Amino acid sequence: MNAATGRADMRTGWSPYAFVAPFVLVFLVFTAYPTLQSIALSVQQTYGPQASRYVGLQNFVGLAHDPLFWKALTNTAVFAAGSIFIQLPCSLGLALLLNKPQVRGRAFFRLVFFSPSLVGMIFVAVIFSLIFEKRTGLLNVLLHRAFGFDPEFPWLEDYVMPALIIAALWMYVGFNMVYFLAALQNVSPDLVDASRVDGAGVWHRFRHVTIPAIRPVGTFIVLLSLVGSFQLFELPYLLLGEGGGPNNRGLTLVMYLYQTGFETGDLGYASAIGWVIAMLLGAAAIMQRAVARGGER
Amino acid sequence: MSRVRRGLLIYLPLLLCSAVILLPLVYMLCASIKTNEEFFTSPFLPRGSGFLGIAWDHLTSVHYRRLFYDYAFGNNIINSCFLASATSILATLLTAMGGYALARFTFRGRSLLMGLVLGTLVLPNVLLLAPSYQLLYRLGLLDHYGGVILPLAAPAFGVYLFRQAFIAGLPRELLEAGRIDGCGEMRLFFSVALPMVRPMVGAFLLITYVGTWNNFIWPQIVLQTPEKMPLSVAIAQLRGVYFQDYGMMMAGTAVSVAPVLVLFLLLQREFIAGLTAGAVKS
Repeated sequence: MNAATGRADMRTGWSPYAFVAPFVLVFLVFTAYPTLQSIALSVQQTYGPQASRYVGLQNFVGLAHDPLFWKALTNTAVFAAGSIFIQLPCSLGLALLLNKPQVRGRAFFRLVFFSPSLVGMIFVAVIFSLIFEKRTGLLNVLLHRAFGFDPEFPWLEDYVMPALIIAALWMYVGFNMVYFLAALQNVSPDLVDASRVDGAGVWHRFRHVTIPAIRPVGTFIVLLSLVGSFQLFELPYLLLGEGGGPNNRGLTLVMYLYQTGFETGDLGYASAIGWVIAMLLGAAAIMQRAVARGGER
Repeated sequence: MSRVRRGLLIYLPLLLCSAVILLPLVYMLCASIKTNEEFFTSPFLPRGSGFLGIAWDHLTSVHYRRLFYDYAFGNNIINSCFLASATSILATLLTAMGGYALARFTFRGRSLLMGLVLGTLVLPNVLLLAPSYQLLYRLGLLDHYGGVILPLAAPAFGVYLFRQAFIAGLPRELLEAGRIDGCGEMRLFFSVALPMVRPMVGAFLLITYVGTWNNFIWPQIVLQTPEKMPLSVAIAQLRGVYFQDYGMMMAGTAVSVAPVLVLFLLLQREFIAGLTAGAVKS
């Protein structure tokens, strides 16, 4: 017995290290080190990847006085608000419809609604670059035929943010719907029946039975949307070009990060922008925890 | 009567939304098989006197042929397949082994490692763009596939997911039994532990495969040689050059998008399990 356990101990002695070593090696070099380096870079100014000089907090001071940064931040916030206040209610509505017990073909609808989120955003952008075209684009053609809408409607010139929100809505409405569907499984049918017996209306039941039950997952979906929205890049990059279209109307934070880091070559300023994004999302995550917990009281 | 009306109230919006969701994809396919002149005359298939009022004889495969003969798109497909396969297999292997060790062994530095993993989990990916680029420059990995693959090969969320999966799905007794039977640790992992979390392995392979296939910004930054580009970068470049050539752009997009959608049709349960794995735990 002693010999057997002794041998087993010896083998488990080195084996955990053998199992984690490949991951740890790659993780330390390509995730942990760059994370630390991004802090170091955020107090430097660089000219391409080689030359750099220490500038202290000047990057962050510069950001605070940089009108383009504020423009990018505002645009990103508008897009995030569109995702949360337009897209998520649509997702929830679809989930509520699909969750009705009498619905047939649920798997089919879920398949259809979910599929756009698997199309890479760069490919979505190429498709929508045609859809948003002025005279020939699908959107203007259909709107014109159905409602007599202006066929020259300049989506990609004057209505950049609505265009981005529409494309993202197409892409992610079903993705979020799947999350809401999972959350709706937490709604207790007994509670629904009880409230129906008590004569609660549809709205009342939604407000006091459904909402509290989906609250934890719901706040998580809001956070996920925020995280995604604040990293928006491919869609405006391809639809509007590097600067984000006329007057930088569609410039987002990550586009600005890309522009300063890889066009201008200042990896320091780009890292500072990266940290601003990280801080904003960190604050959002803390708020999410607080709100999600608030529901459990 | 009221049942019919209630049914209508449910199915009408669902069918309408399905149509709206499918429309852009149908539009893409239609544009890819008609001439650029006919692109302007009708939004979908060209009208004519054929079956269903569509001019079937006007349809063309010229865009697809040009894509492969003039633009060497086959090369980009191979690049995408290679990058996605290499990244997803490597990432699954590394994170599954790491998650296994974190879940089922006690060893020195375990809580430190767990802390590091959780710490980087909350940071957005874009934060690492600039420092990783500098690192790849110093390592001489710019314009190499290694420079695209390695930074994506050890995702913190993967280790976290596999750790949870092993904790939930792999009983300690099973490992003990295997050890008493004299099974080596490596064999124990591959033939006892890994099969117990097979759904997670499948889901993780899929989402990293598709994630890499669809990734644009990272290969765009790291790679410089046109011959090395995956589909995502190639299609953006194609649009820069041939932005008037609608048919070819849509043919290229259709070719890029089809493999992922077919994969999804075949394996949708694994996909949805993988993509919602994050939500269930929180």
